[in-house]
Amino acid sequence: MNALAPQTGLLPGFNDPVADSQKMFRAVLEAMSRPGTIVTAPVLPVAPQPLNPVAAALILALADYETPLWLDPAARQPAAIDYVRFHCGCPLVEAPDQAGFALVTDAKSMPPLSAFHLGSDEYPDRSTTVIVQVPHLDGGEAWRLKGPGIRDQAILAAGQLPSAFKAWVQDNHALFPRGVDLLFAAPGQLAGLPRSTLLEG
Amino acid sequence: MSTGYNFAYLDEQTKRMLRRAILKAVAIPGYQVPFGSREMPLPYGWGTGGIQVTAAVIGADDRLKVIDQGADDTTNAVSIRRFFARTAGVATTEKTREATVIQTRHRIPETPLSEGQIMVYQVPIPEPLRWLEPRETETRKMHALADYGAMHVKLYEDIARFGHIATTYDYPVLVGGRYLMRPSPIPKFDNPKMDNSPALQLFGAGREKRIYAVPPYTSVKSLDFEDHPFEVQRWDQACALCGSTESFLDEVVTDDQGGRMYVCSDSDYCGERRQEQGQ
Repeated sequence: MNALAPQTGLLPGFNDPVADSQKMFRAVLEAMSRPGTIVTAPVLPVAPQPLNPVAAALILALADYETPLWLDPAARQPAAIDYVRFHCGCPLVEAPDQAGFALVTDAKSMPPLSAFHLGSDEYPDRSTTVIVQVPHLDGGEAWRLKGPGIRDQAILAAGQLPSAFKAWVQDNHALFPRGVDLLFAAPGQLAGLPRSTLLEG
Repeated sequence: MSTGYNFAYLDEQTKRMLRRAILKAVAIPGYQVPFGSREMPLPYGWGTGGIQVTAAVIGADDRLKVIDQGADDTTNAVSIRRFFARTAGVATTEKTREATVIQTRHRIPETPLSEGQIMVYQVPIPEPLRWLEPRETETRKMHALADYGAMHVKLYEDIARFGHIATTYDYPVLVGGRYLMRPSPIPKFDNPKMDNSPALQLFGAGREKRIYAVPPYTSVKSLDFEDHPFEVQRWDQACALCGSTESFLDEVVTDDQGGRMYVCSDSDYCGERRQEQGQ
């Protein structure tokens, strides 16, 4: 890897692919099974522009040749494309509704959640998992969350999302059991918002 | 620790596939996610689904407990524990409180579970409607439409025939008010422990190639009728070893003269109580 780097500019993936993938998966599992909980990312690989290290770690841990990946226009840069192609080998798709995973690096100009694959009534598990890169997970508009994984209620205040985002999440929940699942990747932290979570107020 | 295997036996691509299935299962509580079950070095029916889920989840820092019918010292439990000690080098324990991952066949420990723990259930038949409707295409549609009338009819027929609901294990539950789910063949005694549990519960069916999950703090309601509410079984006896009147008891035949004793099925719970009593 290091020998390759100077010539191609390709960045290395996980230092220890086996252990790092497992740790990252457990962080995601914690985030998804306790929506709204802010989970500290256990590994932070060097990420290609414009990905943040948490978003890169999520892709490395979960994507492979079985999962078509949709990159938002801002992320379609040679460094990022080479990185996911080399480390994950995942096919890149143009249409968000064909993606197993979607990576949004510029949330302000992202398509609505309904543009992604929502799954079917028979196979709701085939929907897209949307990774949204955000600058922070506290300090945005505070949402009150209820639903599976939440004892009483949880608060999530992810920052710098489109103004319609809350309505998209509510519409997405209304489709249950269909719908996309969201992972927020902030610097050093992540949080999950599965379709089962209800946004109050 | 054995060499020549990847960490926790499975290859990385298989683990990623399992992990993605687990995440979707958590996002849709009670829904059975199809996955590419692998051939494991033990036969179907011995916990291949549970082992694959554990292999996908477990890390070097975890402490694994494995129980079979509540006991830590039965063949299935001992072999699975040793399997992960050898292929993943993880610490193992028999103490429910110390475990971070608990793989189980047919019981939920008596000791209350806590936040951060993961229960992994071995599931033989994941589809609750399978004995009522053999066609997968139809049961899938019934789940899509939340059409669970057939199961209510089945429970009603029990009442009509026996005067009570005669299902005593693998008692059907409704998860999060939406999906009908088989809790795996745990006694119905354990069903209330699944409701609003602080632990994450994962279910793996190897032969049937399904993974499903109940996130923490999720409602798990055993099906019943207003005039025939769900009830768990009770015993007249106490455990012959620790004297517990609250735990699930196994009947053990002790001789051929009709002698028998009742003991806790949860060996860790029973042992801990006996230790407290200084026996």
